[in-house]
Amino acid sequence: MAQERSQRQHSAWQQSQEHEQEAVGAAKVSRSAGVDDLLDEIDSLLESNAEEFVKGYVQKGGQ
Amino acid sequence: MSGPVPSLVPDGVRPGSRVMGTESEFGVLAPGAPSLTPTQLSAAVTTAMVEVTERLGSRGAAAPWDYVHERPLDDARGFRRGRDEADPSQLTDEGRVLDARQIALEDGDAWESLREESPVLMNLVLGNGARFYVDHAHPEYSSPETTNSLDAVTWDAAGDRLASLAAGLAGERLGTEVLLHKNNTDGKGQSYGTHENYLVPRAVPFDALVRGLLPFFVSRPVTCGAGRVGLGRRGERPGFQLSQRADFFENTVGLETTIRRPLVNTRDEPHADDARWRRLHVIPGDANLHQVSAAIRLGSTSLVLRLVEDGLAPEVTLADPVADVARVSHDPTLRVTLVADAGRRLSALDLQELYLEAAEAAYGAETDGAETATLRLWRRAVDALRRDAAGGGDDEAARLVEWRAKLSLLRRYRERGSLPWDDPRLAMIDLQWSDLRPGRGLALALAARGELEPLVAEDAVEAARVTPPRDSRAWTRGRTVTAFPDAVVAANWDSLSLALPHRAELVRVGLANPWLGTEPATRGLFDGGVPVERLVASLRGL
Repeated sequence: MAQERSQRQHSAWQQSQEHEQEAVGAAKVSRSAGVDDLLDEIDSLLESNAEEFVKGYVQKGGQ
Repeated sequence: MSGPVPSLVPDGVRPGSRVMGTESEFGVLAPGAPSLTPTQLSAAVTTAMVEVTERLGSRGAAAPWDYVHERPLDDARGFRRGRDEADPSQLTDEGRVLDARQIALEDGDAWESLREESPVLMNLVLGNGARFYVDHAHPEYSSPETTNSLDAVTWDAAGDRLASLAAGLAGERLGTEVLLHKNNTDGKGQSYGTHENYLVPRAVPFDALVRGLLPFFVSRPVTCGAGRVGLGRRGERPGFQLSQRADFFENTVGLETTIRRPLVNTRDEPHADDARWRRLHVIPGDANLHQVSAAIRLGSTSLVLRLVEDGLAPEVTLADPVADVARVSHDPTLRVTLVADAGRRLSALDLQELYLEAAEAAYGAETDGAETATLRLWRRAVDALRRDAAGGGDDEAARLVEWRAKLSLLRRYRERGSLPWDDPRLAMIDLQWSDLRPGRGLALALAARGELEPLVAEDAVEAARVTPPRDSRAWTRGRTVTAFPDAVVAANWDSLSLALPHRAELVRVGLANPWLGTEPATRGLFDGGVPVERLVASLRGL
């Protein structure tokens, strides 16, 4: 009985741990999906010949 | 500390109102046509602006700029520099770079084909009251006069939209894409400016302005810098810094803007009654794509000027303000402290908070102040940056502060690819951040995704492309250009030269008071069918 109770308690504790880990995991997945999505968008916008473009960006001085 | 000086702001406007405006020199590039010079490209963009404004139902009048009242060698400290001692780039009253024939002598087939289509224009007055012109080797938008920071941001952003449309059309005409960047350095050692102008009563002693502004300008990039990849003028050391402009300042106070650049510029051309006003020309600021950062830059500066005028500015003196500019800019952790008087050591955030607290104490109880909303934004930015500096990551800081948003994007990009700071893709992100093309510019893309806190409604920015501010003389300038395009022969900030029907001589009307010539004061004069003579008669009464 005590063992059963302890097991139940253990499983409740485990469950709460699992829930917490799932929540953290989901948040991580959603956050990194958001970040990946943003970086993918940046990649799609970015000039493909970055090195050449940056080298060629020369301006005259102004005020 | 001197006592308060009498306010010259007219009755009936919100407390803290101030005439102000912005100037943006854009970086210009045609990657597909390297033989075209930047001056040719700038002229092509300026020429295209006429058709852009007409397509929008407005106007861009090719009026020659009238240099009569330009005095670039007058120094606010009370003396005038000799023309022979000046750097040639300081002689901005000669219209020297505005000669289309000289530019045409430079080679370029695309340029020849453009010239056949239409005359090349170097200087325009726009229907929204702004000036758009070729300044040295950059296209420049000088906004119309506004009376608070939110309006200044609105008409500044409208200039970005207009410039982008004109670059698009210039590219069509030249047969090669023309790109504009709203940044301040090419990363190769050159810098070009984003200037702010604030009208200040002449009764404020200039040295009180210098004392009040130096520690403020040193620390201001913390709340509104645009961020930059690379340290040093040529970006010779890898890393990230808060400001585009910080590595280009060598002096505390001076007249120059292109060489030996000073933190406080003494150019003294009020474009108004110079017995009553001076125009404070502010040159160390960054070009902002993020509207919240632009609002904080303009609004906090106007509030600090109000503190100086009221004798309420914090008393603080930095031991080495010129070197401190780079110290602050090169420290994204915001932990570096600066040596101040009485043995104090203050961080840039501490300095900003000193000014912010003084402004809150003096004007925080106002509910209808011209800068009430911006004062709150300034507080939110400082608080978010405090949390960010303490805990190493605050989402609100990245939503409110442009350099922090750019740094956040760069960090994620670096993490994903394990890139060193000198990877060219990071310099590319920095550059493309300020690309004005919708759909390509990264700051615009982040704003569209909701990553930056929005400020001005898009329809207000669109309206400001073709409508002048209603509460300054810019209303008269812009509406005259739109309603009587053929009559405008020349223009300046404080005058219009008009050709009237049936009169041989030109009529010059003065607009010496920036607070006059407003929408309510000119109602009916720009309606269809009303002759230009009625406008002239009315303006003569100002």
